[in-house]
Amino acid sequence: MKDLKRVIREPANLFMVFIFPVVLTMAFGAAFGGFGSGGGASTYTVGLVDLDASSNHGFAEAFVAGIEATGALIVEVYADNATAHDDLLQGTIDAVVVLPEDFGDSVESFLLHPDDPGQWVNTTIGLAVDQGSMIVGAAVPPMIQGVLASILFGEAAMDVAIPLELGAPAQVASSHLTQFDYMVPGMFAYSAIFTAMLVAQAFSTEREQGLLRRISLTPTSSSEVILSQVVTNLILGVGQVVVVYGTSLLMGFRPEAAAPGIIYAMVIVLFLVLCNVGFGLITASMVKTSGGATGLSFIFILPQMLLGTFVPASPGLARLVPSHYVTDALTSLFLRGAPLSSPVIMTDLLIVAAVGLATVAVGIVVFQRYGRG
Amino acid sequence: MVSNLVKRYEDVTAVDGLSFEVGSGEIFGLLGPNGAGKSTTINILCGLLEPSGGEAVVLGYDVQSDSTHIKERIGVCPQEPAFYSHLTGKENIELIADLHLVPRGEGRRRTDALLDLVGLGEASSRRVGKYSGGMIRRTSLAMALVNDPEIAFLDEPTVGMDPQSRRATWDLIRDLKKRGRTVILTTHYIEEAEAIADRVGIIDHGKLIALDTPGNLMREHGAGNLEEVFIELTGRRIREDV
Repeated sequence: MKDLKRVIREPANLFMVFIFPVVLTMAFGAAFGGFGSGGGASTYTVGLVDLDASSNHGFAEAFVAGIEATGALIVEVYADNATAHDDLLQGTIDAVVVLPEDFGDSVESFLLHPDDPGQWVNTTIGLAVDQGSMIVGAAVPPMIQGVLASILFGEAAMDVAIPLELGAPAQVASSHLTQFDYMVPGMFAYSAIFTAMLVAQAFSTEREQGLLRRISLTPTSSSEVILSQVVTNLILGVGQVVVVYGTSLLMGFRPEAAAPGIIYAMVIVLFLVLCNVGFGLITASMVKTSGGATGLSFIFILPQMLLGTFVPASPGLARLVPSHYVTDALTSLFLRGAPLSSPVIMTDLLIVAAVGLATVAVGIVVFQRYGRG
Repeated sequence: MVSNLVKRYEDVTAVDGLSFEVGSGEIFGLLGPNGAGKSTTINILCGLLEPSGGEAVVLGYDVQSDSTHIKERIGVCPQEPAFYSHLTGKENIELIADLHLVPRGEGRRRTDALLDLVGLGEASSRRVGKYSGGMIRRTSLAMALVNDPEIAFLDEPTVGMDPQSRRATWDLIRDLKKRGRTVILTTHYIEEAEAIADRVGIIDHGKLIALDTPGNLMREHGAGNLEEVFIELTGRRIREDV
């Protein structure tokens, strides 16, 4: 109870345990997802420099209309190339398309002589994309290509009759997901990771203030005291899962899994909490002050944050941190719709459970030997 | 019972061959200047420190091998009060009662009674982080007594208290004796040792240099107070008084 009261009555602890996960989820939801909706599609702004001086300017107009009709590209017209590229470098727009002065003549030459390349007016459309975004680089050029194809070959340009057909991807329905949706599984892990810092601070502070000595003057053993801290953090972990899940739903997250999935999420996150309680105990054993505990706890927090939440990381390295398995399991459950009984989900749970139990046991032993002061 | 108790820290001998016995229901005072070894002695008897040599038995239990049994029966008011600043005075006392495995209802009843006794009734619902030094001391004293210990170890219990609170604490200690409880207290206040201790052990540089009732000590050394006894024995003053 004393530890739960500490969380409730000390603003810094309350912030770290409950408010920070809410703020983080809302911030990422607002930045990367559709607020309150099931997740809207992203749009990209394309700067258009129309240098077409041909007599067939209607093709340029059709090209612009085609870009806007995609629904994903918004056209912003520029008078000159330099201004457009300047805005691209500033990140104001996502791409620049420069229609050359003979654009219309080139299109007309193809339409008049589709089978005679000798009659074509060859030209090049300039295209530059935002180098700071992998998504823009992957998404925009194909869309521009598609618009060009529809101008040259008509609306049915992409509907070519062939004997082979690609089945609809029924197993994994991902087309409605936003970037925020992909991040939510990592947010559950993120909130549990900071338990390491809170536990390290709590034990260091109690040692500094003579409270561990005071408690050792009673019949209650040190392992009972540590276990009470473990139970407290497990209770807080349940609260964090509820808070993160509720906030994610508010920000538009719609998981595939229902109630059993949520319960599974709580269980696996609780094992991650257990693991980080162990990290916190180990940290508290290694430092003399609570300030030192805060800093040193990042030895355990940073790898989990960078390798095992929502930052893309090398799979080989990611497997070294327990948070990766939580994120992986919840991604399978919430986004891929995998059943609870699937091997990957059960394996991830077993790994996190084993690591959690082992780490907290090591933490208890290390703290009892070196950390009580 | 303490026999040839020794505690060494690297190049310092904090307790040097201490021997004494304390009877049941006695108020035993350990008097000496700062750094004499009083708190170290208490910490060994409470099971916080391991002695370097000698023997110490509390309530029939050896402090090294049976410390859990001892902790079930003692209450300790440490020299440096330790408390949870985010908890109220009442909550801190109830927490210690819980840690001493006092049944919840009984713990609450004792807490309320102790809060009245130490004069913290009104302030008990405020967080200890907001208490004055004297209030913290009184809370610490209540924490030491909430489990109704057979022996109360009080390490400098009245430091930082105003004279009225100090005298109220003395009354509380005398009341413990009336109820058959044993009190071992350390102090560097001469008047305190003279006022409440049945017997006083004078410690200097880790050695017990005198042990008797205050009256006998003063008669034996032709002194008007224990300060003069200390000066007679050591050539120095204890330095502080009430």
